[in-house]
Amino acid sequence: MSAQSALLEETAGGVGEHLNAQALRADARRESLRLLALLSPSLFLVCAIIIVPIGWLFWLSLFDETGALSASNYARFFEQASYIKTFVTTFKVAFIVTGACVLLGYPLAYMLSQLPRRAASICLIFVILPFWTSVLVRTYAWLVILQRKGLINSWLIDLGVISQPLSLANNLSGVVVGMTHILLPFLVLPLYASMKTIDTDCLRAGMNLGAGPVATFRQIFFPLSLPGLASGVVIVFVLCLGFFVTPALMGGGKVVMWAMRMEQTTSLYSNWGAGAALGVVLLVVTLALLGLFRWLLGARATGVWSSR
Amino acid sequence: MNGSLPISHWQRLWLYALSGLVLLFLIAPSVIIVIMSFSDSTLLQFPPRQWSLRWYQTYFQSLEWRDATMVSVKVALMTVLVATPLGTAAAYAINRGTLRFNGTINGLLTASLIIPVILIGIGTFFLYARIGLNNTLTGLVIAHTVQALPLVVLTVLSGLRSYDMNQERVARSLGAGRIAAFWQVTMPQIRFSIVSGALFAFITSFDEVVVSLFISGGETTTLTRRMFNALRDQIDPTIAAISTCLIVLSVVLLAIAQVFGRRS
Repeated sequence: MSAQSALLEETAGGVGEHLNAQALRADARRESLRLLALLSPSLFLVCAIIIVPIGWLFWLSLFDETGALSASNYARFFEQASYIKTFVTTFKVAFIVTGACVLLGYPLAYMLSQLPRRAASICLIFVILPFWTSVLVRTYAWLVILQRKGLINSWLIDLGVISQPLSLANNLSGVVVGMTHILLPFLVLPLYASMKTIDTDCLRAGMNLGAGPVATFRQIFFPLSLPGLASGVVIVFVLCLGFFVTPALMGGGKVVMWAMRMEQTTSLYSNWGAGAALGVVLLVVTLALLGLFRWLLGARATGVWSSR
Repeated sequence: MNGSLPISHWQRLWLYALSGLVLLFLIAPSVIIVIMSFSDSTLLQFPPRQWSLRWYQTYFQSLEWRDATMVSVKVALMTVLVATPLGTAAAYAINRGTLRFNGTINGLLTASLIIPVILIGIGTFFLYARIGLNNTLTGLVIAHTVQALPLVVLTVLSGLRSYDMNQERVARSLGAGRIAAFWQVTMPQIRFSIVSGALFAFITSFDEVVVSLFISGGETTTLTRRMFNALRDQIDPTIAAISTCLIVLSVVLLAIAQVFGRRS
């Protein structure tokens, strides 16, 4: 009797579970479809506007002017001196700007992380406001400040420091100053966020054990801040490589960077294959740097983009 | 938390001085432009010797600048109207985390933050040339929506992360339909994130330069495109007046976002 009922129960339970499982699976499938429906308009737009055209450009870059399959669009990067010069300039600017951002941004982020909450949030306004001001506006401001008849030159001449205006804009230094100003918040914000997570108790313990302020900073704080610094550096460097507005306006035609070269080849010379090849290489370098960074630091880096 | 370290403010004076200079470096250009926009002179003098509103007059009276501004405002508003619901829906779906390719989807939606914008500009121009969307408002709105989507998605997602989805389940178990449950229970609690996302979408579209350079023109020339061209030719103080308006816009939108952010 008891064995029989147990068997009955088991069978019933089994059937019930089976029926339930089916219903649950169907429900989950329906739920997935609903979620996909919510996502589909956004995914469609991103694919149509970003993925498809880039794929198309990549396809174009594989053919030469006569329409034959060839690597000539890529080979010219190594053969033509002007392309090599563009790459050298781009990487030079990227290294200088990234270095300047680290030199200016690290002390600022460090100070912000040490300030009391209220004071820090007031100072942060000074970082976030330029961040949200149009790149054009800030480039224009630097043109006004740095050009031949600009503010710095007229001040220096009025003060009698110089008699001839210095050439500060329309050359490499103008581009570097403008880009450093625009990209600095991209370094400061993630760096500040990561410095805030450093436990002050670690520093206090170090000082308790007899380390001076310098040793505490060098041996405890600095190593702990490195992941945040690295994410800021990668963002700034990658943004430098594809930067267009500031070099185009402040380079005076002398500083030709990667993105400008792409614009010139496609708009001016209508050479889509060559422009597309430049874009493909830029994208590959960008993704490779970001991938390398994520690989080095684990998944920690994924959040940095949400700062803007 | 701090201040307890045995380092005095005095010992840190150099740090404060250096950081102060960096903050000055960050803010000074905007301040200089705002002040110079009220100058009376065609020359770029600082501080200006005479004050006037003549550059604002030039801006508001110029048909070209006014048209460009109207185009930018229209495109930005439409971008907000498209990107906010799409981004919110996408964030809702991603937040459930049950889809198999959730990571890939997330990556795709935020791709425009990582891909060099010049490549997006050229690609969009190339595509639009085939389907006749260059120099159209529709084309601009679509392109800007794609640029704004990741910001809306990330902002709404961060709002949803601090919201307990079980509340919506409770509402549904009590008989509310899906849409009613979202609209009456979830939405009121994440509305500040949605508003912030919408503001970010607006400013992204309004300030967008590179893609607009390629795909706008003629009657749909955006304000940023016209400014870019004007800066290439010569530096007109009118641009200082326009820049000041853009700076004020950023400040206002940022302040609103800040107020909403504090409430959420």
